Amino acid sequence: METQAIDGGFANPVFDAQAVFRAVMDAMARPGTIQPCGGLTVPPAPLSPVAGAVALTFCDNDTPLWLDPALQASAAAKHWLGFHSGSPLAHTPADAQFALVSSPAELIALENFAQGTQEYPDRSTTLILQVTSLSSGENLLLEGPGIEKAAMLAPTPLPRHFVEQWKQNRARFPRGVDVILAAPEGIACLPRTTRIKTMEA
Amino acid sequence: MNIQATDIATYNFAYLDEQTKRMIRRAILKGIAIPGYQVPFASREMPMPYGWGTGGVQVTASIIGPDDILKVIDQGADDTTNAVSIRAFFKKVADVAVTTETEKATIIQTRHRIPEAPLHAGQVLVYQVPIPEPLRFLEPRETETRKMHALEEYGLMHVKLYEDIARHGHIATTYAYPVKVEGRYVMDPSPTPKFDNPKMNMSPALQLFGAGREKRIYAVPPFTKVVSLDFEDHPFEIQKFDQPCALCGAEQVYLDEVILDDKGGHMFVCSDTDHCEKRREDGHRGHMAPENESRASPSSSAGPSPRKDGEEEAPTLTPPSPRPLRGEGKGEGQHQTFEKSREAE
Amino acid sequence: MYVAVKGGDAAISNAHQLLADRRRGDRSVPALRLDQIVEQLALGVDRVMAEGSLYDRELAALAIAQARGDMIEAIFLVRAYRTTLPRFGYTLPIDTAAMQVERRVSATYKDLPGGQLLGPTFDYTHRLLDPEIATGTPVAEPERREAEAGWMPRVSEILAHEGLIESDGELPEDHVTGDLTREPVEFPLERDLRLQALSRGDEGFLLALAYSTQRGYGRSHPFVGEVRIGEVEVEIDVPELPFAVPLGRIRVTECQMVNQFKGSAKVPPQFTRGYGLVFGQSERKAMAMSLCDRALRAREFGEDVVAPAQDEEFVISHSDNVQATGFVEHLKLPHYVDFQAELGLVRGMRAEHEARKRGDDQETREAAE
Repeated sequence: METQAIDGGFANPVFDAQAVFRAVMDAMARPGTIQPCGGLTVPPAPLSPVAGAVALTFCDNDTPLWLDPALQASAAAKHWLGFHSGSPLAHTPADAQFALVSSPAELIALENFAQGTQEYPDRSTTLILQVTSLSSGENLLLEGPGIEKAAMLAPTPLPRHFVEQWKQNRARFPRGVDVILAAPEGIACLPRTTRIKTMEA
Repeated sequence: MNIQATDIATYNFAYLDEQTKRMIRRAILKGIAIPGYQVPFASREMPMPYGWGTGGVQVTASIIGPDDILKVIDQGADDTTNAVSIRAFFKKVADVAVTTETEKATIIQTRHRIPEAPLHAGQVLVYQVPIPEPLRFLEPRETETRKMHALEEYGLMHVKLYEDIARHGHIATTYAYPVKVEGRYVMDPSPTPKFDNPKMNMSPALQLFGAGREKRIYAVPPFTKVVSLDFEDHPFEIQKFDQPCALCGAEQVYLDEVILDDKGGHMFVCSDTDHCEKRREDGHRGHMAPENESRASPSSSAGPSPRKDGEEEAPTLTPPSPRPLRGEGKGEGQHQTFEKSREAE
Repeated sequence: MYVAVKGGDAAISNAHQLLADRRRGDRSVPALRLDQIVEQLALGVDRVMAEGSLYDRELAALAIAQARGDMIEAIFLVRAYRTTLPRFGYTLPIDTAAMQVERRVSATYKDLPGGQLLGPTFDYTHRLLDPEIATGTPVAEPERREAEAGWMPRVSEILAHEGLIESDGELPEDHVTGDLTREPVEFPLERDLRLQALSRGDEGFLLALAYSTQRGYGRSHPFVGEVRIGEVEVEIDVPELPFAVPLGRIRVTECQMVNQFKGSAKVPPQFTRGYGLVFGQSERKAMAMSLCDRALRAREFGEDVVAPAQDEEFVISHSDNVQATGFVEHLKLPHYVDFQAELGLVRGMRAEHEARKRGDDQETREAAE
């Protein structure tokens, strides 16, 4: 387990982190687009290479990190994150600057995370959801800043009643959480400004 | 005494340490997610003074990678001293490719202008911002302006603009003209002329704003509504110039006034030097363009006369001259020298 | 891909060359060595360390030489270097009661435990220019006595014993000491951040503000409880070790200002504190800081905030000379694009004004006819 905790970080920390950041920045700026993840990690299960890369890009000892129960249960993943990022674990989801979610379908409600305040809406949690695909889930129609007319995304798995939860998140604007979707094919983002409609509606 | 040059000379890629970059990157991400909201960030002291673009430099340093192509403009020009200096900084600390061509750049850092050529998707425009708070000159207190943004209470701004109308018949703000982003936050576009405001609206490029001294980062994502504040009976209008660029003949661009003599002689030329050069390369000619300009040299700014490469120093920055400089004498002599040289001029 | 832009490059490089030339000055005069600056311009070095927030005499001396003696420029050089340094951790609070005191004076007691120690002060020098310094006349060794090892109680502790002075201030148990170089400032500030800002603040600005409180703009009835200068041990906790690890010694100046306070609805009558602490030897700065600290505590004591020195946003937002000099001096950068916009506006408004005036004249004439 010792080597598992130490191996598998960025091969080239400066340039890998820059490449992953640009992918996330572009994905956040243009919701619905899928940006290839520029640098990969080899973390212990159940953490995925892309989600691990996103975590190492943004998290350090200044950012309390919340782990979902599946990650909490993995001593190897916790050690790996601790060794490579130095992030302290958040006591509650409301204390978290980032939340790393390996099993989105079982995620607690979004409203449990830090939403920021009306004065400081930036003080909210950014959720990193580890999904298996960005194209094989239910089709979501996206509108809002960063999207010229409309964009489409079909991530899976998603938290329960995600579209309804997201509508509530949107209603809290400028407060609310932002979501980074880490999939094997790359990164997509849902900033709090994005409006989601299901195709049936 | 362990100040070896090598100790001091080892800096990280793009100057900033990785922890600082992560902090700035987190702020940028929040800025994009909350368009127009000023995200506080722990701005660092940079190796250039506050006011010289430390905010923009920190943003650029945090996003730039080895594959980027950087353009830096100040007042629309690539060859203004500070633009040259910032470009040289990134060449040095990030070994990044640089360009003057708007079209080819992936990151454009700017002070006071938005390029004339339309930006495209994938480009990032980084603004250097002196005072990020659009309400600051109406209410100097951060504690108050923060509340106003929180409550979306922008009445004060409308009152100010309306007072202009009452006094002058129109709004008397010509640059740093406030905008509303996506119907929520009132934002300072940085001291760009209001001529450039419409370019911010629904731009395909990502716009990032860095204010180093004031420790704020904000953003306008691509395809985001950016509306200049106005009134139904006094709609927003941009500056109009009643003549085209004297060098390239361009209309509907922002022009600089170049003084030709001390008798009121002047000409108007493109503020965007790259745009002007491109047009001249394409054969466009203004009424004061040199007759047989074989090619637009990449170094020539839109000055009144084409200059040769390397001849372009501002007169105040010329190397030491052999004659004794003014003010080096002592006592009365200094005064006399000064008087004399004034007469000579 | 690289496209050279030559004009500005050449100008900048020539300017830098000229600057280097002027910095060196007459080549027949020996170049200053850093140890000369450290030893003989020590208070300048101290100021650069204090406002540069970096305790390193050689670096400060280098900055002074590089800045041609421009102190704010030197402070800026040190700050820009400091910002790139990795943080290994935060030291434990220094204990100034355990200071190896070189100077210690109290204005509130004639004599006190530990005594009054005049030390190396300008205070009772006659300010007569001394030609012997110009000629480099040898200087005699000073009288020395063995330092009384140990502990020198602070005046505030003597007053606290009687319950006459407020306690040293409490922060919540879980309060993490702030660091404004790592976190953006959010108003209102806790006192820790305020003191950090003041400690880095411009000496001249704080001096002027402190002076203003004495002249009635936020009067605080101050007495110098004590000023002490000397070396203290700096220690850091290392999680792996059961004891704090000493890192070395630094010289600091500490000022405890004792202020009379009549009491308010919130607080009983008692003496209150203003605190100043700076790197190196600078009584002026430490005293000014302690006056500003007390003035900025107005709200805490339920006093009306009526004077500039009591206004936290005003004082803290403008006390940093690197920020201030940057923004003031940036006005010399080109602003011609904005100026063009203003030119257009003023021309337009003048034309309208003329037209109105002509219209009025016309009307007057018509009315007269």
